[in-house]
Amino acid sequence: MLDALARLGRIGIGILGHIGRGHLLLLSILGGIPALFRRPRLLVDQIYAVGVLSMLIIAVSGTFVGMVLGLQGYYILSQFGAEQTLGVMVAASLVRELGPVVAALLFAGRAGSALTAEIGLMGATEQLSGLEMMAVNPVKRILAPRFLAGLISMPLLAAIFSALGVMGGYFVGVGLLGVDDGAFWSQMQAKIDLHEDVYNGVIKSLVFGLVCTWIALFQGYYATPTSEGVSRATTRTVVHSSLAVLGLDFILTALMFGD
Amino acid sequence: MSRSRSLEILVGSFMAAGFVALFFLAMQVSNLSSASTGEGYLVAARFDNIGSLKVRSPVTMAGVRVGRVHGIEYDSETYEAVVSLRIESRFDKIPDDSFAKIFTAGLLGEQYVGLDPGGSDLYLKEGDQISLTQPALVLEEIIGQFLFSKAQEGESK
Repeated sequence: MLDALARLGRIGIGILGHIGRGHLLLLSILGGIPALFRRPRLLVDQIYAVGVLSMLIIAVSGTFVGMVLGLQGYYILSQFGAEQTLGVMVAASLVRELGPVVAALLFAGRAGSALTAEIGLMGATEQLSGLEMMAVNPVKRILAPRFLAGLISMPLLAAIFSALGVMGGYFVGVGLLGVDDGAFWSQMQAKIDLHEDVYNGVIKSLVFGLVCTWIALFQGYYATPTSEGVSRATTRTVVHSSLAVLGLDFILTALMFGD
Repeated sequence: MSRSRSLEILVGSFMAAGFVALFFLAMQVSNLSSASTGEGYLVAARFDNIGSLKVRSPVTMAGVRVGRVHGIEYDSETYEAVVSLRIESRFDKIPDDSFAKIFTAGLLGEQYVGLDPGGSDLYLKEGDQISLTQPALVLEEIIGQFLFSKAQEGESK
């Protein structure tokens, strides 16, 4: 009985410790960001690794998600004789939800796992301790540029996802299924609001970018320095990021659109 | 040197592509150019029944959108709905005896306020009230009236 209680307590303390270390890490990463403006070179390298290399998967999935939305939306809307609103449906679902969320899930899988593995392995091969020996702060030198790169890349990737999705929906709806070209765009422009829809989508993707990169860096930095530990940390990054994105998406949507 | 340069070019084109996509979303998808951002003047209109009119519903004149519904309140003394309409300031020549009606776009569409111009020389300005209004048509009421009149016809025969 007491053993069970003790075990529960240990789990609770462990979780609290994780949360605390996570926030302390975030704080020291944020403290390292101003120094980056003096060495933008580090940031450019990381934007390449995090953003540019994720672009292909984002672009391809965005286009196909848009095309599927076009097909399915047309099928349902044509039953009500409302094919003309296909543009609204495709654009609203992409800009509000699918763009930020799916892009963040792909980002966690593509870039987040890579970040964790890279930093975890740096820890396992004692490169991080080596940096410390040379009086270089590894948080400032290694983590901060990666964090800022994730924060910058994520909204851009989500915007690319949404834009290509709209083009994919346009291609299927107007090109293949014969929805009127003018109605597709004009209905979309009439119903989609810059503040309500586009800005909120960008805010969402910013939050997701922060959370995904944060989780990836935390897992990598505190990974057990063995090959098994790194592999576990990588798995945890993808699982935790995906759950965090989906949960936060609900909260953000309730805050933004539910009044 | 050439490798780092090509990397910089790649990063630059990635960021440019992102901003182009954002720009596309702002201009093409949401039509920034016609997005009214709160400028314009407010006029009030009282309706017996506003149906399912909502805040941000369009206000049109001759079918052209000239503003949006800014707020809807209930006046507990006159039992009427007070709808404040925000008209864009470039439409400043609307006669003050204009007629405000609530229409429905299509059979299942949303409701909007339609303005019919009157003949007055004075124009609506900030804080004015539109006195001539026509409430929304509620389908059940019309069907009820129709059935009632049918029944009366049957009685008189």
